[in-house]
Amino acid sequence: MVTVGLELAGPEACRPYIEAANPEHPSLIDETHQMDTLFGVRNIPDVVWIDEAGTIVRPAEPGWAGPQAMPENMGRQIRPPRDPNQPRDESPEAQQRREERRAAAARQQENLAAGQDRDAYPNAIRDWAEKGAASEFALSPDEVVARSQPRPLSKSEGAAHFELANHLWRAGRRDAAITHFNACFRLQPDNWTYKRQAWSMVSLEHSENAEFGRFVQGPTPGREDDWPFESDFRSDVAKIAPGEYYPDTM
Amino acid sequence: MIVTDLDLTPEQFEAGTGWAIKPEGACKGEVCVPLDRGERFRVEPTAERLRMALVHDADQGLWSIGPESLGDRALVTAVAPELVLPDLDGNEFRLSSLRGQKVVLVAWAPY
Repeated sequence: MVTVGLELAGPEACRPYIEAANPEHPSLIDETHQMDTLFGVRNIPDVVWIDEAGTIVRPAEPGWAGPQAMPENMGRQIRPPRDPNQPRDESPEAQQRREERRAAAARQQENLAAGQDRDAYPNAIRDWAEKGAASEFALSPDEVVARSQPRPLSKSEGAAHFELANHLWRAGRRDAAITHFNACFRLQPDNWTYKRQAWSMVSLEHSENAEFGRFVQGPTPGREDDWPFESDFRSDVAKIAPGEYYPDTM
Repeated sequence: MIVTDLDLTPEQFEAGTGWAIKPEGACKGEVCVPLDRGERFRVEPTAERLRMALVHDADQGLWSIGPESLGDRALVTAVAPELVLPDLDGNEFRLSSLRGQKVVLVAWAPY
């Protein structure tokens, strides 16, 4: 087992999670998202299986160590606290807005929970660990290539823009970075690590709570003009069909 | 791969892209793509042959060379590419050091 944290902010953003897990396996930091360009990773957690000879037997796909819930704060909006001296707005319009928010949140959770079978995934790994190439889950080299992520030339261009954005952000050239992040998202709209990486950096800037801020990944109510991207986590998840976020590949 | 200009040596190109320039062409794993012979190595025709996007930001003085897109797939071979990354303490780790063992490689992020 090797884990790789995809985080352009570097090791300190990953440190609390790695130290809490205290892994015995190598736990690496990938500031430039090499996993995306080298293996076709497009979301987290994505998993690649490699045999003893160094041959990939399953290309990057959604995978889990077992049943796992989404982080509690994922996709929640940052909202200013309600003034306790002001009565709650009970107008029909306000009630309808609250109802729509609840329904959108429920749809989001449904979309994110669908797709790859989280419970079955670790058993498939165990089967391969025991049987090797005889496992029904081990693919031939041709199947591995054919089932790796689609990459037309436009996706190569999207990846090139992401690498520029990543480089410029880390150099402190934020506005130039944002331009390339947006270019990347137009060319690679289905790469969630690229989008969530960028959204998390900005929503963290807008939040006083780092643990919460990273997961918001969208505009703050009342500060929508400060959101520099053409998309955000909640609205993009609302556009996809159940199962698209973590496609079922088993 | 981020560079300030495209005047790269074959060694620099390989270090940044994983594609080795050999007499038979540009090679990764068992796959070799023939290149035009008889002239010195140049990035533009090589990137075109490997279907790598070249993005130029003139204001920032930077080029970005995108990954290959041969066959319209992320992988051109099932041979695992080399992956060299640091751990939390900055110690470099090479994926190839685990040859001889099965590896489950897991991508995660704190966001």
